[in-house]
Amino acid sequence: MAEHSSEQIEKVITDSLVSFGANADDINREAELTALDIDSLDLAELSQIIEEQFGVELTSGDVAEIATVGDAIDLVAERTAGA
Amino acid sequence: MSDARPPAACALVTGGSRGIGAAIARAMADDGWPVAINYRSDAQQAAALVAAIEADGGRAVALEGDVSDPATPALLLAGAEQAFGSPVLALVNNAGVRADGLALSLSDEDWRIVLDTNLGSTYRLTRGALRAMIRARFGRVISIASVVGPRANAGQANYAASKAAVIAFTKTAAVEVARRGVTINAVAPGLIATDMTEDIPQAFRDRVPAARAGTPEEVAAAVAFLASDRAAYITGSTVYVDGGLSA
Repeated sequence: MAEHSSEQIEKVITDSLVSFGANADDINREAELTALDIDSLDLAELSQIIEEQFGVELTSGDVAEIATVGDAIDLVAERTAGA
Repeated sequence: MSDARPPAACALVTGGSRGIGAAIARAMADDGWPVAINYRSDAQQAAALVAAIEADGGRAVALEGDVSDPATPALLLAGAEQAFGSPVLALVNNAGVRADGLALSLSDEDWRIVLDTNLGSTYRLTRGALRAMIRARFGRVISIASVVGPRANAGQANYAASKAAVIAFTKTAAVEVARRGVTINAVAPGLIATDMTEDIPQAFRDRVPAARAGTPEEVAAAVAFLASDRAAYITGSTVYVDGGLSA
């Protein structure tokens, strides 16, 4: 599996969050997903997008651990690097 | 958000080779859906239905599979997508079985096969299909329930439990995905003239206010409507097609 740059991962995640209705100006590594009005359905779809784009399968347990935008980026980066 | 069916979309009808399922497949094809028709054992009838739809200018494919097997739903969704080159954005959970008996004498196998076929397949197929639907911001799931379930019918505790659960599943799943343009509804037929209902006693037939059995086409019309763009704001509902039986 190819390693993906942090910028690539960040862009996919940011674009996804915006498509779910989050305000682009509010998105940064420290932003909490709940504060961006991202809910469980959005996270389920984000998992699908990550799987399609990066070939990384996230379990519901993985997703439950994601609190901030940075958590999501780091998790995907770690999984793609380790694969 | 668009409520219109995307151009790249197909429909999957389980238990579609005969009876209500076949009428649904025809109605969906008439509405322009490429239709994957799942069947368990009757390959000849499924092939004849595909041929009839194609003769009318529609697109159809037959897919073999026993939906009570937990591995089948994913294979059917993939098979339909492969056949038409587009995702399943209309799913009709129609496959169903009966194994009647009084609750006090039902076997575990009677219970299992009815729940696995009628409810388990509805859950597994819906779960699988929703992945593409939420991405497409469009989807239609229509599950065939029954008047039996919301109402009692002695000798069908397993069937009633499965169909009532389909309605409950429909409601909750519908609210979970409503804002993605995906609707999930149930259609509850009453007494419909098919080979599955040939042995229904006359006393039950006499209870139908419309004083006749319904036709598979009358059920299919409700399903096709719920799958259409016109039904975009209907979700979590159960439409009764029963000649007034449940009124």
